[in-house]
Amino acid sequence: MIEQVDLSQVNWARAQFALTAMYHWIFVPLTLGLSFLVAFFESIYVKTGNEDWKRITKFWMTLFGINFAIGVATGIIMEFEFGTNWSNYSWMVGDIFGAPLAIEGIFAFFLEATFFALMFFGWDRVSKRFHLFSTWMVAIGSNLSALWILVANGWMQFPVGMAFNPDTARFEMQNFWEVLFSPVAISKFTHTTSSAFLLASLFVVGVSCWYLMKGRHQLMAKRSIAVAAVFGFLAASYCGLTGDEAAYTVSQKQPMKLAAMEGLYKGEVNAGAVVMGIINSAKQPGDEQKDFIFAVKVPVALSLLANRKLDSFVPGIDDLVFGNDEQGITSVATRMERGRLAIEYLAAFKEAKDNNYEPAAQEALRQFDIYKDDMGYGHLNRPSDAAPPVATTFYAFHIMVVLGTLFPLVFLAALYFLYKGDLEKQRLFQLVGLLCIPLGYVAQQSGWVVAEVGRQPWAIQGLLPVHVANTNLTTGTVQTTFFIFLGLFTMLLIAEIKIMVKQIQIGPEEK
Amino acid sequence: MIHTIYTFYRDGFRKMQVGKKLWAIIFIKLFIMFAVLKAFFFPDFLNTRFSTDHERAGHVLGNFIQSKKMGGSND
Repeated sequence: MIEQVDLSQVNWARAQFALTAMYHWIFVPLTLGLSFLVAFFESIYVKTGNEDWKRITKFWMTLFGINFAIGVATGIIMEFEFGTNWSNYSWMVGDIFGAPLAIEGIFAFFLEATFFALMFFGWDRVSKRFHLFSTWMVAIGSNLSALWILVANGWMQFPVGMAFNPDTARFEMQNFWEVLFSPVAISKFTHTTSSAFLLASLFVVGVSCWYLMKGRHQLMAKRSIAVAAVFGFLAASYCGLTGDEAAYTVSQKQPMKLAAMEGLYKGEVNAGAVVMGIINSAKQPGDEQKDFIFAVKVPVALSLLANRKLDSFVPGIDDLVFGNDEQGITSVATRMERGRLAIEYLAAFKEAKDNNYEPAAQEALRQFDIYKDDMGYGHLNRPSDAAPPVATTFYAFHIMVVLGTLFPLVFLAALYFLYKGDLEKQRLFQLVGLLCIPLGYVAQQSGWVVAEVGRQPWAIQGLLPVHVANTNLTTGTVQTTFFIFLGLFTMLLIAEIKIMVKQIQIGPEEK
Repeated sequence: MIHTIYTFYRDGFRKMQVGKKLWAIIFIKLFIMFAVLKAFFFPDFLNTRFSTDHERAGHVLGNFIQSKKMGGSND
């Protein structure tokens, strides 16, 4: 019997997955957002017939192509990891993920084989309007392609539309539409794509600011900023709305994650949202230590954010771990007990099946069905294991929110200086615009840290903890591939930055 | 029709400037991923150890039933 899982190996596998996912997410959001900006630039060219807009379109299309080429297939490595490091998980979710990922694969193949080629090779071979159509198809198709992987991620955070089949040890899809239109999947898709539009707009504004600082290609820079600032401001505003919806969904479906995002240990009515604060890292669930060393809060804002009601109760980590009878919250200890019963009945089912004793198998299954919703809790060692790393989740969330508040102001400032007609003289703004490129990536990565660290210890919320999802390999094996990936991805990133910077230095083609 | 498609892609690839370097990166990357990493470091654990889905299901269910202890906190 496996009584102790080697957490060192599990954590290396976690680190490896985090590394590949974070590197992958350097490339993806720029592809998603820049594809639309290129479509906007080309639409203006087709509408006006002005060749300057064609040059602008071609320039940003080249940068889009560089980012796409370096980033393509970086996500495949995660699929390798599923099969090797996460074989239990991979097997158990195969039926759920098969359909969305197959659709994504078909989408990607047809897009890349047809519309990508037309977009890059077809300038002189097809009509203007058909070329524009191809560019729009690339933008729409790339974003729809992202939908399926985000649906899969949303399902892990809120598993719906499925049933666990003990015969096959798989979660099997019962209702495709419930999986697709799960509130978590929808809010994840809208928030993720709008944040990608925001990042790409920052990228265009930042690169254009660099041209203004150097006094080169000023017309192209100002026109690019005009389009990107409008798109960026709209995307940032929409991102704020989708972020609010995402937080509401988290509070309803993953209240532990919301409590960690806000560093809230003791639940409150009229709960305040922390604007800034320093977490007391020594604090543990259930103890009487202060949760913050220092915090500034907006009164009742968290109740409003979490439940859309000012006087509502927002559960804290202690309420969720130890239960709160008044609020009808079941303790983790009770759920652990139910989970252990589910596992015991599952074991009885397997034993009866192995011995071909069908009546006993059916009775075990009937009992398992009573407790199956808590089956993942049976693998926890103690109630506090159900809480994610609070400090990491809290700081990542607040970094994302602070930067997400700053970016629309940058776009508004760009539009204001364009309106005034002195954008090329605004040195400070140009510097801020340039600095916003790395800050945009910091916000992107922070968002995923909130989503993924905040849902620990679960691979599938409430049903499968990460350490059970993992394959029992040796630590050394995973360490080796971790460092191979670190080297490979770092080389790819350096290649991207070098090629991208060189192309930016060359600039758009001359008239 | 087929000839038109062929010349479209052929001419497109010939005229590429930055694209040639990018294609080289794509092919090297795919080679490392599939011919090295996938082949030597990332075998499909269940497919290489078990020959039928029934055996794979039995192994995974066995792991789920037996992995009872977590051994530490998440922090």
